[in-house]
Amino acid sequence: MAAPVASAPRGKKLNLYGGWKAAWPFLLPSFIGFMLFFFIPTLRGIYLSFTDWNLLANRGDFVGVENYERLVDDPLFWNAVRVSAWYVFLNILSQTAFAILIAVAMDRLTKSSIIRSIIMLPYLIPNVVVALIFLWLLNSNLGIIADLFSWFGIESNYFAGPNAVIPTIAGVNTWRHMGYTALLIFAGLQTIPKSLYEAGALDGASEWQMMKRITIPLLRPVLALVLVITMIGSFQVFDTVQVATGGFGGRPGGPGDASRVIYVYIYELAFVRNEAGRSSAIAVVLLLTLMVITFFQLKLLRANESDLA
Amino acid sequence: MSSALEGMAGGATRSVKARMGRGAAWALLALLVIVTIFPFYWTLRTGLVSNASLFEGNQGKGVIERVLPDDPTAVNFRRVLGQATEAEILEATGRTNSASFNYLTALKNSVIIAGAIAVGQTVFSALAAYAFSRLQFKGRDALFFLYLTGMMIPPIFVLVPNLFLILGDFWFFDFTGESLNWIPGYESDGLFLLGTLPGVIAPFFFMTPFAVFFLRQFFLGINRSLEEAALIDGASHFRIFRSVILPIARPQMITLGILTYITAWNEFLWPLVTVGRFPEKQPLTVALGVFTTQQPGTQPDWSGLMSGTLLAALPVIIIFMIFGKRLVDSIQFSGIK
Repeated sequence: MAAPVASAPRGKKLNLYGGWKAAWPFLLPSFIGFMLFFFIPTLRGIYLSFTDWNLLANRGDFVGVENYERLVDDPLFWNAVRVSAWYVFLNILSQTAFAILIAVAMDRLTKSSIIRSIIMLPYLIPNVVVALIFLWLLNSNLGIIADLFSWFGIESNYFAGPNAVIPTIAGVNTWRHMGYTALLIFAGLQTIPKSLYEAGALDGASEWQMMKRITIPLLRPVLALVLVITMIGSFQVFDTVQVATGGFGGRPGGPGDASRVIYVYIYELAFVRNEAGRSSAIAVVLLLTLMVITFFQLKLLRANESDLA
Repeated sequence: MSSALEGMAGGATRSVKARMGRGAAWALLALLVIVTIFPFYWTLRTGLVSNASLFEGNQGKGVIERVLPDDPTAVNFRRVLGQATEAEILEATGRTNSASFNYLTALKNSVIIAGAIAVGQTVFSALAAYAFSRLQFKGRDALFFLYLTGMMIPPIFVLVPNLFLILGDFWFFDFTGESLNWIPGYESDGLFLLGTLPGVIAPFFFMTPFAVFFLRQFFLGINRSLEEAALIDGASHFRIFRSVILPIARPQMITLGILTYITAWNEFLWPLVTVGRFPEKQPLTVALGVFTTQQPGTQPDWSGLMSGTLLAALPVIIIFMIFGKRLVDSIQFSGIK
């Protein structure tokens, strides 16, 4: 009696988890969505970059690599690359530095979920709302934060200053993201055994030494992912620039070309200048850049290995 | 001085130093909370006073005196909600017909868009996650990897191609123009889904690679012994999904749903492109963005703008107040979004 009962499930087991016959109803909706809105559009975006597509006429001809050749001599493209790189640099530097500081302070002092919730709040607020709030706070006549900064001798035109606009947007997005980034790092800190710090303290190590010798090395996998996410996100800044520099009669990407980051330029080419082909060529360049950066960053920081293992 | 005294002094300095360190760290956290909250408070404060008071009240006052609203009024919020009289609008803005956006319409659109996306994406991604975590079929890992590569595609890369889809142009198969006229009741405007809410919802409705990944990770951790017993008893996989997996995974699915809802609520670029020229269909983010570009460069209606801004963020703030802890905990779980 016992043998058949035991063998029946085993014989059936291959079918239990089996086959496309069972899987396809589960996969169908997501597969339709993936094909329609991710996979085919990606191929089509690459195809568009080899055409001179006109969105208004909705037609275009194959032009080979002309769009790519024109990029090399396009001063606005190189301007966009420069502006984006400057923004990415500033944003990563300030965001990561503040986030590490906050995460370490929280790790030592409190596990309060109220504080953790509060510092996450800005990350959940729409970029458009954040941009508008800071347009007002940093208004050079009436803004209270602009006023506060002027007490400390900092005078600036913020969003309206050609040299100030990118650091200002980086500052605003640091405000929006540093709490969330700190929570990611905080989660990573929880995986470091406390005994290491106790041993360090017994050996007379200073806070700074423990930070350098214990915290940073063991945090490396988390830091690598945070850097990748921050960098990919920073290259894609759009909403804040569009609203903060395009509001009140301004032109998105202004003043002048000072904040025309790569995303804004891609958008402008497609929808303002009606050159979808050239726009797509830059999007291809952006995609390749992000892939290369991600690959090397994960490789360099050896993200998948932990020194704890 | 003897070495013993030196030792004691050293110990005392160390503990004073440690206490000062803790004090500094607490001060840092307190400052952080203030820096986080203050912009929201100031937005509220600005919405509660008249424009005139913003312009006059500035001179000769310090930061501290400006912190509390003088002569608070709700008229700006009533203006945004469409409840103010013409006389009140004239008094508040100095214009009889000030540019405005219809808050309640935009709110309704945002609720529909974010709600549909959150429900569709969570349910369909959960189905896919079940297949990827529980079923065995040929090419499973390759397909999952293909889904994951979708995470690397910047949204702007597929912006124009997706706009084509919304216009009914499926590349090799064209729905544009009159090709749909055979459907009863369909009146072709040549625009297909452009300027409609389904057009805004569609690309995010069926899945995102992140949602599938997030749920698969969680499903993998659920013990299989329960389902094996049910499968041997002849239960179908849909039955298992509904009666075994869903009850266990409900908290994670709700968390994902909330995250998806907020992400959809905050989306700007896609709705700008699809409904940016259709005021009746704009979600709050786009309505607010368009409203801003229509403001005059000199003397904009700051108190009206800040009231609208706060009201646009209010639903997210309410969700945050209810579910904040759950969202924070999800970061511990998933590690990374």
